[in-house]
Amino acid sequence: MLFTSYEFLLFAALLLVGYYLFPRAWQWRLLLVASLVFYWLAGPRYLIFLLLTASSTYAVGRWMDANLRAQETTLTEQRQAWEKEQRKSFKAREKKKRFRMLLLGLIFNFGMLAVLKYTGFAVHNVNRLLHAFGAENTLNIPSLLLPMGISFYTFQSMSYLIDVYREKVSAERHPLKFLLFVSYFPQLVQGPISRYADLGPQLTAGHAFSSRNVRWGLERVLWGYFKKLVIADRALIVIKALLDEPASYRGMYVLMMILLYTVQIYADFTGGIDITVGLSEAMGIRLTENFNRPFLSRSTKEYWNRWHITMGTWFTDYVFYPLSVCKPMQRLSKFSRQHFGNAVGKRIPVYLATVATWFLTGLWHGAGWNFIVWGLLNCLVILVSQECVPLYTRFYRRFPRLNESAVWHGVQAARTVLLMGVIRTLDCYRDVPLTFRLWGSMFTTFNYGDLFNGAVLDLGLGRADWILLLIATAVMFAVSLWGIREPVRAKLDRHPTAEASAVALVFLLIMIFGAYGIGFDASQFIYNQF
Amino acid sequence: MEVAVKKRILSGVCATVAVIVIWQLLTALMTPKYMTSIPEGALIAEYYEETSPHQVLFVGDCEVYENFSPITLWEEYGITSYIRGSAQQLIWQSYYLLDEMLRRESPEAVVFNVLSVKYGTPQNEAYNRMSIDGMRWSSSKWGAVQASMTEEEDAITYLFPLLRYHSRWNELSGEDITYLFRRDRVGYNGYLMQTGVRPVTSQPPWVPLEDYTVPQTCMDYLDKMREICEHYGVELILIKAPSIYPLWYEEWDAQIAAYAEAHGLAYYNFLAMSEEIGIDWERDTYDAGLHLNVWGAEKLSTYFGKLLTEKHGLTSQKNDAVLSGIWAEKCAAYAAEKANAVSPY
Repeated sequence: MLFTSYEFLLFAALLLVGYYLFPRAWQWRLLLVASLVFYWLAGPRYLIFLLLTASSTYAVGRWMDANLRAQETTLTEQRQAWEKEQRKSFKAREKKKRFRMLLLGLIFNFGMLAVLKYTGFAVHNVNRLLHAFGAENTLNIPSLLLPMGISFYTFQSMSYLIDVYREKVSAERHPLKFLLFVSYFPQLVQGPISRYADLGPQLTAGHAFSSRNVRWGLERVLWGYFKKLVIADRALIVIKALLDEPASYRGMYVLMMILLYTVQIYADFTGGIDITVGLSEAMGIRLTENFNRPFLSRSTKEYWNRWHITMGTWFTDYVFYPLSVCKPMQRLSKFSRQHFGNAVGKRIPVYLATVATWFLTGLWHGAGWNFIVWGLLNCLVILVSQECVPLYTRFYRRFPRLNESAVWHGVQAARTVLLMGVIRTLDCYRDVPLTFRLWGSMFTTFNYGDLFNGAVLDLGLGRADWILLLIATAVMFAVSLWGIREPVRAKLDRHPTAEASAVALVFLLIMIFGAYGIGFDASQFIYNQF
Repeated sequence: MEVAVKKRILSGVCATVAVIVIWQLLTALMTPKYMTSIPEGALIAEYYEETSPHQVLFVGDCEVYENFSPITLWEEYGITSYIRGSAQQLIWQSYYLLDEMLRRESPEAVVFNVLSVKYGTPQNEAYNRMSIDGMRWSSSKWGAVQASMTEEEDAITYLFPLLRYHSRWNELSGEDITYLFRRDRVGYNGYLMQTGVRPVTSQPPWVPLEDYTVPQTCMDYLDKMREICEHYGVELILIKAPSIYPLWYEEWDAQIAAYAEAHGLAYYNFLAMSEEIGIDWERDTYDAGLHLNVWGAEKLSTYFGKLLTEKHGLTSQKNDAVLSGIWAEKCAAYAAEKANAVSPY
């Protein structure tokens, strides 16, 4: 059931009505049923994998929790009898047990993700290697199911497991409540990747009807549809045309692809998140924000603090930090300091952890070399920027006013967005060597006149559609900027007439200008495939 | 209640009303008018403008709305008739249109052109819209929607046509403004007059099929059509209009003939009777044998009118002054349009 389908609208409307008609103590049960129905409709067989993840995570979490409680009980009982060393050794032993269970849970669930999502990619690469060594026989590439949102719910579940291990949260005792945390349908499709501490208690707490929550939530949902249907899916028409024969669209068309895809993925992903967050908000559930105006980022590092925030913090908390401070890394750091000096020595563990994190981030996005190269290029830009900090410092010391200039900030933001846009085309061109050649063609193929001779009108959008796309994109960014100091909905809230008019206007604009229905290719949200 | 809350509710109500009104206007604006091009799209809705009853109701595809002239039937035999047909009208659409008409009037005979029995599954969204959009809302229309939808379609778009036609915003023309709230009549009791002449130059190649069995879905709807006619006490007459193309296979013909015989229905294959009817394939078709032009349609109607009177007992209604008055106007309009045509005779 696509978020953009009529069925989903009906489903969401019925759920919202039912949610507030149900007694508060039963609301979470309705959410669970709705989530399972939603997932079942996506593919009944997918449900097996979701249930496997939920049940294994629940069991491991409960075991760790029980072990921790037993440990506390034993320690209390043996307070008088045991020496400090005994207590310490007992605790270490128990922690090791819990670690082993954690590892089991992680291996099982990440293993399932790896098998389902990456087997084809792995076999494909093995075949290439075999072929390179002259082997005639190759392995068959298995065709496996890829359950919807598996990357999202696996990551969310594993963050819970690690947090239980780290004793940041207590394990959920109610299996169905935990199942709801894993399967909560609005965020199942494309995130955000929520933490149990933030989301778990909210899902199961009852929520009284609040007209403000419903209004604000639905307003956000509406805005999400505007972004998705009016902008993202309209831009997609041209993107698809350019991807039909990518090698023949060089030069200006590559630049066009970079800019259009930047707009499209932003509108698509933030639009989807708006629908997810808005629908949850209408039910009184506050999800973690996944975006904070990434187009204002003045550096790549800042960009990644503003774009897909929950994925970024996941990798930071569960990959980067643990890797940076793990014992082998500390030993490596010590070794490096001794042999290469302090400056290099302290960088090595951080850089290695950064490379590993970005490698995995790339892999998370998809089973393909283009995603891995995409991740590593992001890593390269961040590390080079990091190395250039002294240079920047000197530069700003020389031009102190520049750092305060809004124009300069704009230039920096445009540079960052463009750079991110360039790297992101790996996502759509898919073929790494081709992508590099196409980037080069921007400087070697001078077909920029096609912008003005009508050639771009052959890419699926007529003149009126192009104008509409430009205006709608400008409106989207303007509204985002307008809401920096105070959310737009809060501003509108003080003026009921303006609020009602704005809602009516956006609704009608979506109905008329939305790229939906026959004649348009109803597209899945991009992040759905991850 | 607080003033702020009252104001919020009032704003909400006003905005909702405004959205409904604008929605209706947009629907009227965006819906295709079928006035200057593809006029057959406007035929189905014209039925509701009828003020008098009909003795004969035709249902079917282009082979009825372009091959039979109700005006000729009236002028020559005093038979009142109406054609409820649209482009590639599928058998279930004919059934639901018939279902709707039989609730509104009591004809003596229903004539169904059997070409559509070749299609056992929904075919084309654009043709579906032409057959169904013009129907008024009723259980018949809902049935037609449910039976006709292709995989890409959603029933809700029939309920709210703006959801289907919204993308026309960048192709709106003067026609959409002119016919925002009104339509001109394009047909004569459902007959779409064609005045061109394009002779048949070659016979279409015979293409063998893997399976000549009429799809079971079509046979089921044929049963439903027969049953509904029996229910209302109306005679069902099956016909195959004379068209050289699309091919009408002997195997299909045999199955329909057998069905008719088994259920005591009349079945006329006018394609086989072309010579007897007097159709001149050099002059009586406007598209090289697919459909008849007005001169061919008049010949066929003359022939069929005779059958209706002699074999099916239909009688002239010309003695009815009210009916004569109504039909006189129709005949005058028909004659005026025909007078503008260049006759091949």
